[in-house]
Amino acid sequence: MSAAGTAGGPGRAAAGGGAGPRLQITGLGISFGSRPVVALDELSVGAAEIVGLAGESGSGKSMTTLAVLGLAHTVGASVTGSIRLDGQELTVLSQSQLRELRGRRIAAVFQNPAAAFSPVYRVGHVVRRALRCHGASGSEADDRAAAAMRSVLLPPDLLRRYPSQLSGGQLQRVAIALALALQAEVLLADEPTSALDVTVQAEVLELLRGLRESAGLSILFISHDLAVVAELCDRVAVMRDGAIVEQGPAARLLSTPAAEYTAELLAAVPGLEAEA
Amino acid sequence: MAAAAPPLLRVEDLVVRYGPVTAVGGVSLELAPGPFGLGLVGESGSGKTTIGRALVRLAPVTSGRITFEGADIATLRGAGLQAYRRAVQIVFQDHEGSLDPRMKVGTTIAESLAAHQLAPLHQAGEQVAALLAETGLDPAFAARYPHQLSGGQRQRVAIARALSVRPRLLVLDEPTSALDVRAQARVLELIGGLRAERALSYLLITHNFGIVRQLCEQTAVLYLGRVAECGPTAQLLAAPAHPYTAALRSAVPQVAAQARTQRIALAGDPPDAAHPPAGCVFHPRCPVAVPRCRTEVPALRPAAPGRLAACHRAGEVLAGLDMPRLTAPGPGMLPRGPAGT
Amino acid sequence: MIQTAASPADRATLSASVRDRLSGNPLLVIGGSVVAVIIIVAVAAPLLAPFPADAGAATHPFTVLRPPSAQHWLGTDQVGRDVLSRVLYGARVSPLIALFVLLIAGAVGIPLGIAAGYFGGWLDDLIMRITDIFLAFPALLLALALAAVLPASLTSVTIAIAATWWPWYTRLIRGQAASVAGRPFVENCRALGISRRRIIFRHILPNAITPLIVQVSLDVGGVILTASALSFLGLGAQDPTPDWGLMVSEGQSYFTTDWWVVTFPGLAILITAFAFNLLGDGLRDLLDPRRTFLR
Repeated sequence: MSAAGTAGGPGRAAAGGGAGPRLQITGLGISFGSRPVVALDELSVGAAEIVGLAGESGSGKSMTTLAVLGLAHTVGASVTGSIRLDGQELTVLSQSQLRELRGRRIAAVFQNPAAAFSPVYRVGHVVRRALRCHGASGSEADDRAAAAMRSVLLPPDLLRRYPSQLSGGQLQRVAIALALALQAEVLLADEPTSALDVTVQAEVLELLRGLRESAGLSILFISHDLAVVAELCDRVAVMRDGAIVEQGPAARLLSTPAAEYTAELLAAVPGLEAEA
Repeated sequence: MAAAAPPLLRVEDLVVRYGPVTAVGGVSLELAPGPFGLGLVGESGSGKTTIGRALVRLAPVTSGRITFEGADIATLRGAGLQAYRRAVQIVFQDHEGSLDPRMKVGTTIAESLAAHQLAPLHQAGEQVAALLAETGLDPAFAARYPHQLSGGQRQRVAIARALSVRPRLLVLDEPTSALDVRAQARVLELIGGLRAERALSYLLITHNFGIVRQLCEQTAVLYLGRVAECGPTAQLLAAPAHPYTAALRSAVPQVAAQARTQRIALAGDPPDAAHPPAGCVFHPRCPVAVPRCRTEVPALRPAAPGRLAACHRAGEVLAGLDMPRLTAPGPGMLPRGPAGT
Repeated sequence: MIQTAASPADRATLSASVRDRLSGNPLLVIGGSVVAVIIIVAVAAPLLAPFPADAGAATHPFTVLRPPSAQHWLGTDQVGRDVLSRVLYGARVSPLIALFVLLIAGAVGIPLGIAAGYFGGWLDDLIMRITDIFLAFPALLLALALAAVLPASLTSVTIAIAATWWPWYTRLIRGQAASVAGRPFVENCRALGISRRRIIFRHILPNAITPLIVQVSLDVGGVILTASALSFLGLGAQDPTPDWGLMVSEGQSYFTTDWWVVTFPGLAILITAFAFNLLGDGLRDLLDPRRTFLR
């Protein structure tokens, strides 16, 4: 858990970023015209750390993901402030530089895995193409795709199937496999389990946990479900109306929340005990 | 399921097939007169939604019977059908899709009042206002369109609409799974309140054990279109009699570290409903399957007083049969011992 | 308290909301204004036209093909008639053909499309096969064949074009109706015991009609041009009817030397088609509560 410890510190990431956080967001402002939707002071994800960004719909958590991916402009939003990956400022990069970076160093998985894959291509085609785009040769792409599938506990021959022939959980694992194949350092997971069944959700959470251990993946895990966040994350930031109301270590924050809003969210989770 | 009063609604050996796919493969359920809640818990493909739809005659029944106060609903026509439509209402998961986007909320509710001659379409204002107020909405919302409301508000409108015809039974099909947690909590509270005030009986379809724990005295767990186990909710959660229930329960994420149990791993993926496994449908994924499970279909039979389970080893499971669990603990569990924080 | 019957206060807010919607909807205002002008011109043509008689069979052998001048603002045609007068009177012919064609096509196409889409099954198959048969013939050819058996008149042209136009609307509405019929709110209505009639007229139709309204408005120009093609082939409006399409086709041979004969009726078609187009786009915005409130 040492990684979590360093990541919690103040983020003055040096270029090359050995000691600083992998992902460092400072003074992030996102707005649609004159209407601000996100005003985020500070959020960081350390090496091999899983940070939860919790909030309800409209809290700005998904816009934050888009901004980190450098895609906020595609929905008409403008971004100010600083987003650093291993100390490298992302907000000043050109679109082609960002494209190089997306997938390669920052990957994302979203809520609806079925929508992330074009129904007319076999999933392997999508995975191999992404690898080829990032410079892998043909046979190398095949090998890496197969290896990635094994690391998300799927048989590589599923790559020959079409998205409609895979379950939601399998597709979500393929999406994660794609991120792994590209050797991403930071994974943005935007409600990746919200559309999945509970047992499948548990498997995906375990997979993410395992990848943090084995591949040193840093994960920004975005969810409205505090129970899922509690199961997975080292640290949690609770977001409301575009701002972080509270952040801290998951165990502390979820057992003794400082903000009333966090307490409300926690109270709203239906528990299994006889009397909650 | 043991209910003291004669049941309000009884489902007997319901089978629903869509082509080669058996969505519901012989399910029997009983709903007591209200206030009463039966939870129907299952994952996707379990047939839970199809059962709910069959109850309001939106799914084709292949075989089996659904009787409401003793009358077979399949034979209802004309006035009898209209009376049944009034008595049994459904609230869908998709709050956005279940309201006509081009119709004002007030008209949507007034329309159902008018369909059952409870109020003339254009003079239903007072009743509409009362229904909106009852579901915790501003009566002025009557003049709004669905897209001007939040998800939670839309779901309240859907509930107000269902209540408008004074039903005795509600089918609640994942009523909160598309809502944010706080909106979900408020809608669940509303359902709990209505149940007492209106003496409602309801079938609550969900994948969330926490919700049935809060609102249903009885719960049935479905797997691949069949009831795996049913019984009083508290007992079923405290001591599952079916390994699937145990596995499902262990997979539910928990906020409190001490409430977490190590997950019981299920092998593989849910089977294809078009080609269900022979024997017990759960056996390929069951952590405690024995050779008998591969060949012999377990009947749903008493495992304890008031409890039914479709498992050859239900007795052992109920007694706390040890099941293989995943050993890797969640990261949140590491720093905290039982005495942590 | 909510009163569905409009009280004075309600009416005030209603007119305010109409004002809001219009001010946020320039397409509708512009399109609607131009269409209004066309209607006024059609009604008041005898008052506006400098030479009302020229709309008819008059000939003026000594003023043939005069360019625009103070006397003939838009020049004169190949038999010496005032082009302005004919264009103004034309507002009584071409748009009217379009109106009737689209009304008939809609009246036939919409109910069939709704029935096919909502009920599905054998009715859907039957309606769509009939539709396909009509669509299998090139529209102009079918209209030609029909116009050939009918006497050459505006009514014949209207019927002939309408006969080729409705299948498109049936197809369009059928797809929409089928997708609306599968949406949860329609199922909800069934579960609530709402009558089939009300489901079709208050839920399916309003939610399925929008693309058709846009299509119809786009089709105005197309119908006018089709009618003119039939006129050109001697099957529709005949000289001296001041039909814009007919004026364009008859003036074609003079285009290189006497451009005004063709240009002004052509512009009239263009403006009419464009105005209806704007009106259609505006109507779509007006009819969709979501779009209007997003502004």
